[in-house]
Amino acid sequence: MLRRTIPMLILAASGILLVVAYFSPFTTSWSETVLGWFNVLAAVAFVLGAGNLLAVNLELVSARRAGWAYALITLLSFAAMFVFGLFKIGVVPNPDHPNVYFAGDYESSQSAFGWVYEYIFSPLTSTMFALLAFYVASAAFRAFRAKNIEAILLLSTAFIVLIAQTAGGMFLTGWIPEDSMFAFLRFDWMKVGITEYIQTAGMRAITIGIALGIAATSLRLILGLDKSYLSKN
Amino acid sequence: MTTTSQTNMNKQSPGRLRAFLAGIGNVDRRWIFLSMALAVGVPILLKLRFPEVPGPMAKATFDAVESIPEGSRVLLSFDYDPASAGELQPMANALVYHCASRHHRIVFMALWPLGKQMADKTIKDVLLEFHHEYKYGVDYVQLGYKAGNEGVIKLMTTNIPGQYPTDADGAALSKMPIVADAADLRAFKFIGSFSAGFPGAKEWVQYAKGNTPDAFKVVGGSTGVQVSQLLPYYPKQMEGLLVAIKGAAEYEMLVTSKYPTSHYADRLEEGRRRMGPQLVAHLLMIGLIVLGNVAMIAGRGMKGGAR
Amino acid sequence: MSTANTQTSAPGRSDLRWLWISLMVFSVAALAANAFLRKDGMAHRYVEVIEFERVEAKAVVESGANATGTETAQTEWVDPTDARLANGTLRLVEGVAPIKWKLHKDVASTTEANETSARRAAGDMSAPVVELSMWNSLGVWAAALLTLGIFSFLYRDNPYYKVSESLLIGSSAAYWMINGFWTTIVPNLFGKLAPDVVRAYAIPSLPVSEHPGLDAGLAFVPLILGFMLIWRLAPKGGWIAVWPLAFIIGTTAGLKLVSSIESDLMAQVVATMKPMVVFTAPSTSAVASSAVSAVNFWATVGSLVGVVGVLSVLTYFFFSVEHKGAVGKAARLGVWFLMITFGSAFGLTVMGRITLLAQRLEFLFNSWLNIN
Repeated sequence: MLRRTIPMLILAASGILLVVAYFSPFTTSWSETVLGWFNVLAAVAFVLGAGNLLAVNLELVSARRAGWAYALITLLSFAAMFVFGLFKIGVVPNPDHPNVYFAGDYESSQSAFGWVYEYIFSPLTSTMFALLAFYVASAAFRAFRAKNIEAILLLSTAFIVLIAQTAGGMFLTGWIPEDSMFAFLRFDWMKVGITEYIQTAGMRAITIGIALGIAATSLRLILGLDKSYLSKN
Repeated sequence: MTTTSQTNMNKQSPGRLRAFLAGIGNVDRRWIFLSMALAVGVPILLKLRFPEVPGPMAKATFDAVESIPEGSRVLLSFDYDPASAGELQPMANALVYHCASRHHRIVFMALWPLGKQMADKTIKDVLLEFHHEYKYGVDYVQLGYKAGNEGVIKLMTTNIPGQYPTDADGAALSKMPIVADAADLRAFKFIGSFSAGFPGAKEWVQYAKGNTPDAFKVVGGSTGVQVSQLLPYYPKQMEGLLVAIKGAAEYEMLVTSKYPTSHYADRLEEGRRRMGPQLVAHLLMIGLIVLGNVAMIAGRGMKGGAR
Repeated sequence: MSTANTQTSAPGRSDLRWLWISLMVFSVAALAANAFLRKDGMAHRYVEVIEFERVEAKAVVESGANATGTETAQTEWVDPTDARLANGTLRLVEGVAPIKWKLHKDVASTTEANETSARRAAGDMSAPVVELSMWNSLGVWAAALLTLGIFSFLYRDNPYYKVSESLLIGSSAAYWMINGFWTTIVPNLFGKLAPDVVRAYAIPSLPVSEHPGLDAGLAFVPLILGFMLIWRLAPKGGWIAVWPLAFIIGTTAGLKLVSSIESDLMAQVVATMKPMVVFTAPSTSAVASSAVSAVNFWATVGSLVGVVGVLSVLTYFFFSVEHKGAVGKAARLGVWFLMITFGSAFGLTVMGRITLLAQRLEFLFNSWLNIN
């Protein structure tokens, strides 16, 4: 009962309410309330994520497993950021309410929290993604092989798009008049043709496929046909 | 290796060439990394710049901002974080500058936890730098981030004050002329999402545009990775789409040619500046793919080299 | 790949180690030279200092003949130069000390900082006060060294990279959690449960609800569900977290069911149903003047390609029918469409990745080394 029936009822009720709210304006305020709860729970999920991270790293440190020193750094940086943010260390007062300490803006780089964001967190996360430029080059070199018609299509499209996106496209084919019958040989035209017609068509079919999949899955969940979420624990 | 050169004894030089080409396929990948670093770094130092020719999607975005009446209320959602700022910040800068040049009243918000920081940067570097006359609460407001992803959009379609009781600094929205009467998303003429994934422009189309298709225009500024997802929505469900850094560069061109500025002009040239390294790096990518294939073909005839 | 090839490149690697090491030594030497020998090589950061002062005041309500007026209970904090204090509509609250603080605004460049300081030194009092910010200068160095720390992974996995990565993981988790707390949990949950407490300590301008009792009652639901969700971390009672999970899944399913059918299924099908033959509008200048030119050739090809593409790719996705004969051919065409789609997506992805790298290098060259 507590483990199966009630969760299934909660799922069905919240799902059906949101579907009904789409069609009936009378249930709008109910769906607003439910969405408000949903959004609060989304914020609670961050606590859960942080809690998981702490659990994993504390375990690593306490068991002195390989790499525990790095886990300790993770824990310390988490603790520092947590204290800086929760207690709003060093924040500038709110001009309208300077007497209320916690009304200050914790995100300005004058506060400890904002400083760590600006000079530690932000550069680290953007560099992490910048690394991918190197790996995409290495992967293209190693894996992009013209072995059959499909691979050749993929490769030649990539070439056209890569050239057309830069000034190289205009440099090579920009001299072909736009109103001539050979205009389709211009790289910028080819790129528009590829992205706006062929890629759009391909993605449209994929979108339709995914939409059908999502609609079916959602319906199965709401109707209680899919109970896989119950057995996760 | 030795066996190959022995079998090719009678035509030794082509055999060596072939072995060399096949060997390229196994080059230490750090050389590839170094060449990529140079292909991007050197053009930055040399300040390589090339002219951009605006494409149809950038023009459509420009027209969408132009077509709504001057002084319209617009909503700009910053749905990205520093990891995608390289691509999306130039678009955000140009779009905010464009909206301010048209005297649109701008409401900033974020669906990503770090999006508010991104919006603050644009407000500081562009909006207040080029348009000192913009007054907080009257001409622009920062609503900030709210957790809930698509739930935030969905709630805003019927009840903005329910989602945002106050602005990001805790001031009541009911006292700000720009949003005091904004009950739901129909209060806006235009919604722009700078989008690096989920939640982003796709969700704005699905949950906001889907609900009230004619109330406002939706425009997406997208990273190169996410563009494919958004293409099917253009031009019907999404009136404009800026495609990665090229889209940003083209749009910057359109905006600054109609609304030129001399002071701090470099802040509206970030996109075009980053197109310089693109050309060299793209040529490197093409070169690498060709080399990889040459190595494959060369290695095909060799013992164990075929794949 | 082949064993023969691996053998040829293997001895080369150990020889190259010295090349890499000398490259790094050279870089460090160049960095030191840049920092100590060049005038602006130290990555100094300057801030504009803006002084703030606020005093507590009460509004004065004019009540009929009584010219002195009475004060309202509500106080507000205003700038001492506020016009309302001068004209008497606001009156200072006695015995309350003014609050003063300094706000720092980043100055874009060293050149600009020097110019502003020079203007002020020359007696121009409208120029803002600019000072060197030790914290921000230190920050640029920290950011640059951490950026290099992440990049060092390209050479190989090493402790420098691991430390940088650990810092990222720890600080990001705390950032998201704190951000969720102050932006959503405090105003949207605590603001309903205990509005007076939130108003007194965190958000003084939180709007007053029309029905606070109902709001507070309803807010208990996410509060309880939230605690149940966090219960997942507890060693026992895993089923407890399934309730909030069911709620989250149910809400998401309800949202997605409608939106995917509406925006991704129906709207996409409609978008595919376009006129096959596209005619040029009479107003545009046609290429040739023949009657055939009324048909826009490329636009027509485009619509046909669009329809054929969607149908063939969908055929490929349709696994209920065996891909043989006409269906097989259509599916094959669908695969080709998908390959072109992926090829184009790859090109766009490359562009995105390179941009992110360019932005990091711009930071290193401009903000840190100041050599661009």
